[in-house]
Amino acid sequence: MKLNRRMFIGTGAAAAASLSAPMVMGAGHGKPRVVVVGGGAGGATAARYIAKGSKGEIDVTLVEPSRTYYTCFFSNLYIGGFRDLSSIAHSYGTLASEYGVNVVHDWAVGIDRDAKTVSLAGGAKLPYDRLILSPGIDFVEGAVAGWDVTKQNKMPHAYKAGSQTELLKAQIESMPQGGTFAMVAPPNPYRCPPGPYERVSMVAHLLKEKNPTAKIIVADPKPKFSKMALFQEGWSNHYDGMIDWVGPDFGGDSVEVNADEMTVTIDGEATKVDACNVIPAMKAGRICEMAGINEGNWAPVNGHTMQSRVDENIHVLGDACAQGDMPKSGFSANSQAKVAAMAVRGALTGSKVFPAKFSNTCWSLIDTNDGVKVGATYEATDEKIAKVDGFISKTGESADLRQQTFEESVGWYAGITSDMFG
Amino acid sequence: MALVALAGAAMAEEEATLIGDVDRGEMLFQRSCGSCHQVGEGAVHGVDPGQGPHLNHIFDREVAQFEDFFKYSEGIVRARKDGMVWDLEHLDAYLTNPKLLVSGTNMDFRGMKKPEDRGDVLAYLRQFSYSPQDIPEAAPTAYAEEVELTPEILAIVGDPDYGEYLSTECTTCHQIDGDYDGIPVITGWYEEDFVLAMHAYKREIRPHPVMQMMAARLSDEEIAALAAYFGNLE
Repeated sequence: MKLNRRMFIGTGAAAAASLSAPMVMGAGHGKPRVVVVGGGAGGATAARYIAKGSKGEIDVTLVEPSRTYYTCFFSNLYIGGFRDLSSIAHSYGTLASEYGVNVVHDWAVGIDRDAKTVSLAGGAKLPYDRLILSPGIDFVEGAVAGWDVTKQNKMPHAYKAGSQTELLKAQIESMPQGGTFAMVAPPNPYRCPPGPYERVSMVAHLLKEKNPTAKIIVADPKPKFSKMALFQEGWSNHYDGMIDWVGPDFGGDSVEVNADEMTVTIDGEATKVDACNVIPAMKAGRICEMAGINEGNWAPVNGHTMQSRVDENIHVLGDACAQGDMPKSGFSANSQAKVAAMAVRGALTGSKVFPAKFSNTCWSLIDTNDGVKVGATYEATDEKIAKVDGFISKTGESADLRQQTFEESVGWYAGITSDMFG
Repeated sequence: MALVALAGAAMAEEEATLIGDVDRGEMLFQRSCGSCHQVGEGAVHGVDPGQGPHLNHIFDREVAQFEDFFKYSEGIVRARKDGMVWDLEHLDAYLTNPKLLVSGTNMDFRGMKKPEDRGDVLAYLRQFSYSPQDIPEAAPTAYAEEVELTPEILAIVGDPDYGEYLSTECTTCHQIDGDYDGIPVITGWYEEDFVLAMHAYKREIRPHPVMQMMAARLSDEEIAALAAYFGNLE
């Protein structure tokens, strides 16, 4: 091992963190209290790891409106017919029964940072010593001309999994023979960089089986997207001539939709469509805005601990935070949650704090047994979470390798969901 | 080795280093490069004789991509045919001395001798290429640490507490209760087998890219800590 200055900085930071931590911070109210808002890959993981690691020394409350949580990851596979909806549904029973997490099914509607309380739609106020916000994304209003959330039943976003995903799949399945499916892809940054393109692949797979003369149009404001070469190779191998990707050079950044007429206008030219998936520009889940911790559309955090740069009693995880180089993905949120859980336990109970490490891998399915992946490792610097190393599947890989990659993604799904929900 | 003991083996984690200082890089860029190259919003190719292409999205771009616009030197055209890409390593070499990389290059620049200066300029330029969070395969923004192997690695006694923290990275994919759904089981191994396997990934003798990447940044102590933790799980 090499010895250098940075090593001592890292060690020093870890040591300082444990020294400055009060051993038990629940002064005046018994056990220290942690409230987690959002029960997805960030929030559920954080709640589980804090409860598990502190062995009852910390009270953990998880606020999540849904009793059944559908993972956004693998929801494209449901659209393609590779998974049942029930196979991506999860409940919070084990977090409550086995880990003692107090699971509250309600909406968080306000945060008082001075009083350190979270108000719920049902009227309750939850006090916290540390608050973890992992609310995922909301959409930027007015991002796609002609679309707002009141149009989401006619032109679903399906970018929060569940009924939206079901609706989109049903609309695609009822397209007339030779009909047209359109997707309006989002600008950077957004949840799951390869997600829209995996979805296009899954829609193409579904149509190839049931409606082989159908067309797919993708209007995209970005000149380059994640795994672009891999998707384009796959589309030409499996779905030749079916998918028309329109980048910004051809007006993909100038789009208007009309949900009543079912038209999509790209660069002034209107096309009648039979199903349309509008994925608008994104921002942090609204509760971050309400808490007053956003800078622009996202909540900036310190990568060493995932603490908000505005309020050190709040940690922000996953899609909602601005941290640096990590993509907004379930894997990233899960990785960040473990760093935050360690930091929170360190601060509240004085447990050991180690330097932050992060990683991410995104698998995508292009067609049956044709899986690809991209991944990277990250570390915290004072400025941001920085990318240190990475890899991506290569074009022209063997069918065996692609099948193995897909099977690995199924294993990962089982792994991460048991890591989240116990 | 005394220093290692002082730092605490299990805690001897190194913080990632960003490529360089962006602000200083901007100053150096303007002074040394700006008369021929533009970068940033609205940057265009130089039109005066001797000026060069804009440098937006230079990272991970294949060399000599604007043939319609520039008459490139034979040397760099040959490099393009050989598949040369402007990654951090090649950009750094080119900045050191363009002739190091491309004989007969048109870039009339004597080179930047100090590694710190090059790092700062590259950090500045890196901002105008694709961002990893938008396209995860985009170029790194920090240096990976190289960890050297020593013959004593098998003798290291792992710290299971540290292993428990490190293990949380593994359990995103490998199930802690030992279930198998497509990703191998890693609990209950003999510690020595675990250590050998991880070092084989680190040295890229074992082929899997995710595991190579994860192992690459683990120190010998960290591998031992993981082996101790996973080996002793019930």
